Amino acid sequence: MKEINELNLPDDLRYADDHEWARVEGDKVRVGLDDYAQDQLGDIVFVELPQVGDTFKQGGEFATVESVKAVVECYLPVGGEIIAVNSALEESPELINKSSYDDGWMVDVKPTDLSEIDALMTSDACLEKLKGAE
Amino acid sequence: MNESLGDTGLILNDPLLWEKGKKGRCGFSLPRRDVESAPLREDLIDEGPDFPDLSEVDVVRHYTRLAQWNFGVDTGMYPLGSCTMKYNPKINEKYASLPGLAGAHPLMPADLSQGALKMMFELEEYLTEITGMDATTLQPAAGAHGEFTGMLLIHAFHVRKGASRSKIIVPDTAHGTNPASAALCGYRPVAVSSNEDGILSADAVAEVMDEDTAGIMITNPNTLGLFEENSKEIAEIIHAKGGLVYCDGANMNAVMGVVKMGAIGVDVMQLNLHKTFSTPHGGGGPGSGPVCIKKHLEPFLPVPRVVRDNGTYVLAEDYPESIGKVQAFHGAFGVMIKAYSYIRRMGPKNLNKASQLAVLNANYIKERLKGTLHLPYDRPCMHECVFSDKHQAAQKIATMDMAKRLMDYGFHPPTVYFPLVVHGAIMVEPTETESKEDIDQFIDAFKAIVNEAKEDPDLLRDAPRSCKVRRLDETTAARKPCLAG
Amino acid sequence: MLYLPHTREDIASMLETIGVDDLDGLFSTVPEDCRFTGDLNLPEALTEWELNDHMKALSDSMATFPAYKVFMGAGSYEHFIPASVSYLLSRSEFVTSYTPYQPEMSQGTLQAIYEYQTLAARLMGVDVATASHYDGAAALAEALLMAARITKRRKVVISSLIHPLYRRVVQTYFEPTEYEVVQLPYLKSGTTDFAALDDMDDLAAVGIQSPNFFGCIEDLQAIGEKTHDKEALFIASFTEALAYGLLKNPGSQGADIVAGEGQSLGIPRSFGGPGLGMLGSRKKFMRSLPGRLVGLTKDLDGKRGFVLTLATREQHIRREKATSNICTNNSLCALAAAMYMASVGGTGIRELARLNYDKAEYLKAELKKAGCIISFDSPTFNEFVVEFPSGFEATHRRLLEKKIVAGLCLAPYYSELANHYLLCVTETITKEDMDTLVSCLRSCFQKSKQA
Repeated sequence: MKEINELNLPDDLRYADDHEWARVEGDKVRVGLDDYAQDQLGDIVFVELPQVGDTFKQGGEFATVESVKAVVECYLPVGGEIIAVNSALEESPELINKSSYDDGWMVDVKPTDLSEIDALMTSDACLEKLKGAE
Repeated sequence: MNESLGDTGLILNDPLLWEKGKKGRCGFSLPRRDVESAPLREDLIDEGPDFPDLSEVDVVRHYTRLAQWNFGVDTGMYPLGSCTMKYNPKINEKYASLPGLAGAHPLMPADLSQGALKMMFELEEYLTEITGMDATTLQPAAGAHGEFTGMLLIHAFHVRKGASRSKIIVPDTAHGTNPASAALCGYRPVAVSSNEDGILSADAVAEVMDEDTAGIMITNPNTLGLFEENSKEIAEIIHAKGGLVYCDGANMNAVMGVVKMGAIGVDVMQLNLHKTFSTPHGGGGPGSGPVCIKKHLEPFLPVPRVVRDNGTYVLAEDYPESIGKVQAFHGAFGVMIKAYSYIRRMGPKNLNKASQLAVLNANYIKERLKGTLHLPYDRPCMHECVFSDKHQAAQKIATMDMAKRLMDYGFHPPTVYFPLVVHGAIMVEPTETESKEDIDQFIDAFKAIVNEAKEDPDLLRDAPRSCKVRRLDETTAARKPCLAG
Repeated sequence: MLYLPHTREDIASMLETIGVDDLDGLFSTVPEDCRFTGDLNLPEALTEWELNDHMKALSDSMATFPAYKVFMGAGSYEHFIPASVSYLLSRSEFVTSYTPYQPEMSQGTLQAIYEYQTLAARLMGVDVATASHYDGAAALAEALLMAARITKRRKVVISSLIHPLYRRVVQTYFEPTEYEVVQLPYLKSGTTDFAALDDMDDLAAVGIQSPNFFGCIEDLQAIGEKTHDKEALFIASFTEALAYGLLKNPGSQGADIVAGEGQSLGIPRSFGGPGLGMLGSRKKFMRSLPGRLVGLTKDLDGKRGFVLTLATREQHIRREKATSNICTNNSLCALAAAMYMASVGGTGIRELARLNYDKAEYLKAELKKAGCIISFDSPTFNEFVVEFPSGFEATHRRLLEKKIVAGLCLAPYYSELANHYLLCVTETITKEDMDTLVSCLRSCFQKSKQA
């Protein structure tokens, strides 16, 4: 497993407590799992995604990610409607391990209230939190 | 390694069943056809299942080779924590296959099934006595099935009182079957943490117990191998708020004749005949999970119940408050016979002795290995002790590496990574049937492995080397599941 | 005691290492007020030789084949088991191992279960089968719960011709849940009346047994289509696995999940347990299956090997959110079934199943000639319902004295079916046995007429 200084937490994203990331792209928000979460889980073997059109509140359980011996629920960092899901994860769940911020994205959300994103952590805050937990 | 158990094996490959054989072979003596063929509607049938055709020799060689790729208690020490892998006496197998017992139809009239019913009646009495409870049902088919049955009984109890409750307390050290069994009955498990001594404190339980909580599921001795010292006080707290105490009795092997659960506030518990009472595990089952209860839960027990009436045994159905049935017939009767014969062979003194020796063996291992492995709770243990891989972190050697290396030394590994409250847990349960020499050999092997971790850690990372296969790719197995050929 | 290897010296030296004075000192953490200090009130130990006599007496008191001719199935069937199967099944490497958590040391169990899963899936006509469940009734209950979880609907419908004891197990499993169990009535033909499905909504699953409890073969295809029209899952159940050696399997007729009892496949009756709960489904429901699954993989050298897989469904990982609480299964019974299916083979199982069918048809015809009524006209496999003249109970008892069990009385299960009996004929029953039964019946009927 990675040491904290080995983690990749890009500056342009916001992070939730449970290690989902959110990136504002125009009027949508793209969501995935951060480097810390994918590293802790290890080899990801299965991802269960929501349907396009489903809606969730901020913090709603929208997906499940499984490794061989662990399973985590993912919580939507910004409330809204799911407008796209990364169906490539069905066949290749390992994309989250290989490319958690690009090819391994999970869903696109049309946010109900974009200001919710301000409550999320910056990469620095996220790092500080991890250091504190050590 | 030259002097150790696990040098080399005579391991022969064998293909999958359907990669063998030829159409037209048969390994079965087809019974004589003494009637004419009758008309049969063509639309009801097709070509039949696609099974391979094999000769008897094909089948016998196949399974003989497969058996040689396996390790059992009869092969060597199998200190799998919480699983009580004690020796399975051979005489038990003989009794279970006696023609009158193995051939019995479950729906025969009671007067033609007296032997089976008598055995069940007496086994219930024995288990009731060993646990100090008031009555027993033998119907549940396994430990988790017993837990489920116990939860149903608790549920029925509260429903009759007109107050269906929504929560149940489950300690963080519990086996995963506990919360899963509770959830099947609609209960939401509420976690409670163990204290710095690895056991539950009465205060922690008092904090979460309320009138919407059906009770507590408590494993005693717990999965850290420690006796729950506050169990009596905890039971009082639960009872005061109208709840019931469920005891997971999977670890009863530590306390036969030492503690009667019925006397320390337990209302309902399950036993695992395939652990404490020596019936073999068969590579994962069948087991048997009788449930023992106190008087106030008796009306809810599954039916039919075996009752003695003027010296004969009958199956009684008339219990209007019963939860019903959890198995189609009477449960795992074949397993019950083995537990029954074990108890009859042992007698009261040897059962107590078995618990004493199981605890002796575990404490002996704990004392002799505690300098070598990290021991998170350094207290007297019951039938098992839990170490961790903390001392090996510097060499980047994990519990799994040591477990796999033990195979090369000819031992089945302990339970690993459980309980979850200990990071990198190594849970060792030797049981009473291992001799001092075998245990010493196990301890020496573990010491040698810890030494290898420092001097040649790749020996551990590459282990095992002497089994049929090397480490297996579990990731691909889960990503691209192939569950049938 | 021969199972306890410690000598006095061993105990003394181990106690010294631990630092306690005596065995009792090991229990210092058990508070005084929790200690039991008396002797357990159990019978004193018996020697092996004494116990032999005791167990033989228990066994001898039982009425079993071959001394008794048992024309009774009803979920527990007498079939021949080859000596080779019993012999192989006693290999202690299989018998005395645990659930295969350490795959490198358990390849025997794992490959055997993978092969079982494959043969079971082929027999039931599904894509995947689990490693086994406790019995057919528990498997059916789990299948219905599984369907409710998948569809997120609340109502499950089961036929009243599912084994009555299986239905009771289903009721018990469903009692504390929010789901509702509804039963379908049966038709004069001895098959399920599924017309009521038309008016039902919020349907999670429809469960049908075939051959059903009356032995009749259901039109699974038609019920399956109706079920799918309702967007519910179609669950097929069975108690006599051998039937699918001959009949079209449930999967090929539209079943989404198949759950039943495999006792017929090389497992002794053993007073009803342990049996073999068989459960399988279409591949798309694989991740919702309860219980253990074995999968194919490779080792570090690229050699074929097997592991327990998709474990994230299970209780030890997902705890209260697991697909089931199951941990122990009936692995050794699955192994027996695999050995049996391998021994009988594809050609053999068809012949054997046909023989069961033909023998049952022979008895049916002979009973008709003797004046008995075959209650239902639907085709059957190796069981069927007979209506005997009223007051047959006494005859049934008289036949028991002659060591003939003339079927199971249906009245306790279906109160409208007084004098109806469920009879079963397997390959273990000879033509001579059947002729004896019929001639006994004839003479009994004659006597009661004269009286």
